[in-house]
Amino acid sequence: MNAATLIKRLPSRIERYSPALLLAAALLIYIAIALSLGLTRFLTPEAAISILNRSIALGMTAVGQTFAILVGSIDLSVAHLISASAVVSSAIMNGDPAMMVPAVLVVLLMGALVGTLNGLMITRLEVNPLIATLGMALVIQGCLASFHGKFGGSVPDAFQFFAYGVVLGLPFSLMVLTLVVVGAWVVLRFTRFGSNVYSVGGNRDTARAAGIKTDRVVIASHILCSLCASLAGLYLASRLKSGSPWIGTEGAYDLESIAVVVIGGTILSGGKGGIWGTVAGVIIFSLIDSIFNLAGVDAFAKQVMRGIIIVAAVAFYAVRSKRIVA
Amino acid sequence: MSQQTVSSTEAPGAPRSGRLPKINPVFFVLAALLVAITLSNPNFVEPTGYMNFLKRAAPLAILAAGQIYVIVSGGFDLSVGSLITLTVVGSSMLLNNNADATWWVIPAMYAAGLAVGIVNGLVVSFLRVPSLIATLGMMITLNGAAFMWSSGSPRGYLPETFRFFGRVNIQGIPLIQFIPVALLVLLAFGSCLFWLMHRTNLGRMLHAIGDNPRAAQMSGVPLERVRITAFVVSSLSAVTAGILLGGFAGVSTDVGVGYELQAITACVIGGAQLLGGRGSVPASIAGALTLTAIFTLLNFIGLPKPVRDVVQGVILIVAVVLATYRRNRAGGT
Repeated sequence: MNAATLIKRLPSRIERYSPALLLAAALLIYIAIALSLGLTRFLTPEAAISILNRSIALGMTAVGQTFAILVGSIDLSVAHLISASAVVSSAIMNGDPAMMVPAVLVVLLMGALVGTLNGLMITRLEVNPLIATLGMALVIQGCLASFHGKFGGSVPDAFQFFAYGVVLGLPFSLMVLTLVVVGAWVVLRFTRFGSNVYSVGGNRDTARAAGIKTDRVVIASHILCSLCASLAGLYLASRLKSGSPWIGTEGAYDLESIAVVVIGGTILSGGKGGIWGTVAGVIIFSLIDSIFNLAGVDAFAKQVMRGIIIVAAVAFYAVRSKRIVA
Repeated sequence: MSQQTVSSTEAPGAPRSGRLPKINPVFFVLAALLVAITLSNPNFVEPTGYMNFLKRAAPLAILAAGQIYVIVSGGFDLSVGSLITLTVVGSSMLLNNNADATWWVIPAMYAAGLAVGIVNGLVVSFLRVPSLIATLGMMITLNGAAFMWSSGSPRGYLPETFRFFGRVNIQGIPLIQFIPVALLVLLAFGSCLFWLMHRTNLGRMLHAIGDNPRAAQMSGVPLERVRITAFVVSSLSAVTAGILLGGFAGVSTDVGVGYELQAITACVIGGAQLLGGRGSVPASIAGALTLTAIFTLLNFIGLPKPVRDVVQGVILIVAVVLATYRRNRAGGT
């Protein structure tokens, strides 16, 4: 390899590892601030686990969102689906441990249904994915609000194991998230469906010409996305003991999950990126929060800086691309 | 494909000789809705009925007329809702209950809007951040700024001189008795934007960029400058809408919530094509009126707010499906 090709290759290398670079930068800032303030108790493994533990719901949603974005689509309905899942699960369980399994099944089924509808609207009716999922979000929100008040209920103590349980010294929810992440990685990396996702996201027409059933790939990606959101809803219901209809929108899981995926280096037009970038994005987000907490930044200033950081992080690798974006 | 390109390089909206003009279906839908409202509430034909309707629809209509610039050029502007909030909260902080300050507060707000638009445009053009993310970041930042400025709870009220634009009706007009200032603002702003989009080179370049940015660049369109202009127009329309909303809604930190999505919905109902290349200012204004008319109708029928959300969602999807169907039947892309 001579020098010329090395220089030519370097930018793509940087692009490939930029989520890791951003993560390292965030980590360094965190450590530097903790050391300079003398708060060494925030540098222990327990602190690391608590940082990770804070972003379980965002992590689950973002893994699903990665599938939607990779296939060249996007899902704005996840936040409302999270609320719906939390409300429905706590309404069905209603404090009764025997209803745990049916509730989880119903919620996952609901997620699959929403994902299928999203996918069908996007593929069969050729609705722009932004509009299709936005419409779906409004419909879910309306349904939730009109049933609100009729739905009460709470989650039985046994179900709270999902959020608070500890297995082998690690939080159970963190293990579930790890399982979801590894599962998603295996699917994307080693299965035919995974490679189809990348081809369809890269260029739908070429993928169709190559004999891939593109509609099915898009629909399946949306089902996975909605299932992940439902799982996040179950987790939040378990953590807060009951579901509230604002839980998803309050956390802004729709826009945050998209931001996390994009910060992780997956491009919005699809076909390029991966799960590990998303994981890096999630950790960067919770590190930023921890840094602000350590430094004692005012809550509103935190929001201002957060907006700037999202744009700056995306600009960090978008700025070198020659593509014209809109 | 080639036919479509030819027809879009002609000035959109120019009279086509030799055949019947193609009327955008949104105008029929709007007419039908207005008839339905009149049937369910006969008072609507009184000046107070329809003038109040127009007054209430004016901010959204102005917002949609600005948003269509960004949509035609192939992007989105999600920051308008938070810019409305910032305008209302910022004006109340700057005015500080002092009616004489209005004359410099309004230009100051427009300057802020100009800055927001330029930053959005620069970030999208030069940092190459997709507009969805760039304006999302701007939305989060501006919301935070509005909270920070007012420490979370805006105090004070807006003086009458500021509320003039959103609130006052000019009395003693023959035939229609009175006319709200908000409607005059909408007419002035709307016709400016109509002229800019459909009668100047800027409008043609916006359509060209939205249709095919690479081709537009090759044929000499100053991509960056046109795109920044689009974002500036959208931000200025948001400041205008904010001044009107501050006039009749008062000060709070959630005045602008949801307006970005309603504006995009209005453009889509008006037949705009997301990701660029197609859209018109009058149709977007009609889309905004249609959306407001739907809400008004549902209100008259007595449906609660949740049902309105469901209806808005369904209408949004149906509008896009119909637009796609029409385009496919016309043989376009």
